[in-house]
This record gives sequence, structure tokens and C-alpha cells, in this order.
Amino acid sequence: MSQLPTIRSRKLEIEYNIPISKTKKFWDGLREGKIYGTRCKKCSKLYFPPVADCGECYSSEMDWVELSGEGELITFTHIVVRPTSFLNEQPYTIAIAELREGVKALAWLTGVKRKDIKIGMKVKLAPKITGDGRVTYEFKPL
Amino acid sequence: MRVEAACATGSAAIFSAYTAVSSGYVDLALAIGVEKMREVDTSTAIELMGRAGSYLWEFENFGLTFPGYYALYATAYMNRYGATEEDLALVAVKNHRYGAMNPLAQFQKEITVEDVLSSHVIAWPLKLYDCSPITDGSAAVVLASEDKVKELKIDTPVWIGGIASSSGTGTLSYRNDFIGLDAAVKASRIAYKMAGVEVKDVDVAEVHDCFTIAELLAYEDLGFCSRGEGYKMVREGQTEIGGEKPVNIDGGLKAKGHPIGATGVSMIVELTKQLREEVKPRSRQAPMKNYVGLAHNIGGTGHYAFITILKR
Ligand SMILES: [Zn+2]
Repeated sequence: MSQLPTIRSRKLEIEYNIPISKTKKFWDGLREGKIYGTRCKKCSKLYFPPVADCGECYSSEMDWVELSGEGELITFTHIVVRPTSFLNEQPYTIAIAELREGVKALAWLTGVKRKDIKIGMKVKLAPKITGDGRVTYEFKPL
Repeated sequence: MRVEAACATGSAAIFSAYTAVSSGYVDLALAIGVEKMREVDTSTAIELMGRAGSYLWEFENFGLTFPGYYALYATAYMNRYGATEEDLALVAVKNHRYGAMNPLAQFQKEITVEDVLSSHVIAWPLKLYDCSPITDGSAAVVLASEDKVKELKIDTPVWIGGIASSSGTGTLSYRNDFIGLDAAVKASRIAYKMAGVEVKDVDVAEVHDCFTIAELLAYEDLGFCSRGEGYKMVREGQTEIGGEKPVNIDGGLKAKGHPIGATGVSMIVELTKQLREEVKPRSRQAPMKNYVGLAHNIGGTGHYAFITILKR
């Protein structure tokens, strides 16, 4: 931090609601143990994370598609220096995998020792409810 | 006018100033880049910057940081091409060497490969010395029309020969691969064409080495070498003064510092000095053959890319 003279600011804490009306099915799906993507009805392009509008053909006609979650690891990192809002977490591993259906997903990878993580390893994306009640998803080794 | 494009904000300001002048809307414009980052602790800075990526799918859910974004590229790149953490370290060593020669650099200290490898992990495989620092800084550039340059009797004007921007997906997992930044490839091809220059004509380049891996990706995205050969350029010293293509010889973001919004403007300031051959100390001056310089400024992880080609 700067060594120059400063005055201390007031403390600001922000918490807000994140709108999910167009992806509500995805968040509901996580609670039911399912991972959903969307597929464009017109050009068949599959999206994960789900989108409401197709960036390929500009159609807004999308189908919800349940994904297997099974995939192969493409890359990963261990986040040691964390943002303030993640300081309560232990250092975590973030991975990107290509799912069987051909889309990629990014999530934490848990349940495997760091030294055993290898590019190309088989993983499965699964819904997760965190200790503080957040609905999310993570990779586990398959 | 206020401009914002994450770490490419400075170039976005130059781009705006350029379009205003070249369209004839104004004949004189001042592009200023300013950032003050050192009043908060590291985790707060990481928090605020992390939110500039794909907020919901990557930050809110998974706490992906900017070092983390580039670490994902580093892991994929090293796995694909056989580059090592030592190769990444060589970028930091080179840029610190030039930073030590730049009285305006944040870090004016040479480092060794061992220093980099033994520094603590920020986002594996990136360590502290693979990362650009948190910086306070500012830079400014005046852009003028040809008529105005004549009127003001500027004796050594440096011209914007080509300037281009392109963007990449906000969400990383929509990308095809993690071994290069498509936005930088696209923007550079447009800029080369607009400037009427080829890669071989570039005498000196400023590239966005926010992390060491980013400099290697830049060599490849800009066509300085083939895909997967970037780490060989730094191993062979090809991007030092005296090499084929001197890069970041002001210390780069790594040692000069990376005041987010000021970085893009600062690149143009440095290239202007290089093209005018007025760099001090003289040992930091790149030899000029064609008087062509290139600036590569990335916002996010290729969310935005700006390439500016200067000519004298
Ligand atoms: Zn479509």
C-alpha cells in the first residue's frame, strides 16, 4: 500500500440481488441435482453457461438441455491470493473442462489432491449447495 | 469524455482521441490515463479487478482473479508447448532488467530466475514475480491533425499509422482454446493492414505483460513468431535490445508498473520517445530501421484488445 499521507474513508458494504429471470431454470435445476445448458432451436448451437439469446444466429428461441456434466480437464489454476469476499475460503482450484456435449465449463475442482490434477483427467460437473446456502456447481474427479 | 475498457482504458482513450481528430471533428485532443490503486490492500484490489471479468459466472461463483485468468492460459500453454515456469520467469527477468534502467519505473531492480521461482504463489503457476504490481501512475499524449502539426511547427511528429480494437468473449469458457487471445490476433491484423506495415517492419514493441505468460502470448498473437514458439524468443534473447524484436524495454507492466487506466497511454509515450530516438539513458534506446513501433494493450483476458502502430 501507498506510504503517502491518507485519510480513512467511511466503510462501505454492498450486497445486492443478481437478476436471474432468464436463467431461472438453470438455478432451479441445480437444486434438483441437474446441470442445464441452452440450445438454439434455429442453429442448434449449445451454450454453457446458458444464454437466452443465440450469439451465432441471433435467435431468442432456446431449449433447455440437461448436460451429462462429464468431461475432460483442459486447464486449471490454484488461487492462493484471494479476493476479499473469498478470504474465508481455503485456497481453491479453478478448472475448465470440455464436456461430452462439446461445451466448456469453468468451476472449482474439489475432491482431488493437487499433485494428482492432470490435464486430460476425467471430471464430472455436479451441483453443490455451499455451507452458507449458495447454489453453485463444481467438478469432481470421475 | 470518460473512457473505460479495464486494463485497455488508456488505449481506448487514444482510440477515441484518434477518431475525433482523424474524422475532422477536432484538430487537437489530449488523451490522459490516470490510476491510483495503492490506497487499498491487495485482496481489495484483487476483488475490485476480479469483478471486471465475467462477473456472475466466474467471479461471483468461483472467485476467479486476474492472476487466475492468466494462470489458466499459462497452464494450458505450458502443457501444450512444453514451456516451463523458468521460461515465464525469463520474461520477468528481462523486464526488470530494463525497469532498472528506467528512472520512471516502479521497480528499478534486477531480479533472477531463482527470485521469480521462489516468490510466493499468487495463482499457480503464476508467482509474485510473474505478476505486474499494483501501481499509481499517469500518462498523457497529445494528438493533432496534420494541419495542426504544421501550424504548431512540431519538428519530430510521430504518426498513428494504424489503430484497431477487437473484443473477446466475456466468459472464458466460451472460447475455443487457452493458448492465445483471439481479440489481439484480430486487432493486430487490422492495425498492420491499416498502417501498411508487416511484422518484420516493427522496430520496437510495447506489449501487455500484466503477467509473464501474457507477454509470450503477445509475441505469438502479434505474429512475431509462430504459435507455440514465443517462449523460445525469450529464451534466445530475441526480444531484448540487439535481438530481432525488442519488447517492453521500458520495463513493461511488470517493472514499469501497471496503473490500469494509464498503461495504454504510457505505452504510446514510450514508443514516441523510442521513435524520436530520445530515450534516456541511451542504453535503453532500440535501434531504428523503419521507425515503426507497436503497442499491444489488453483489457481483461482479451476481453478487449487494442493495437496501435506508430510511425515517424
Ligand atoms: Zn442460433
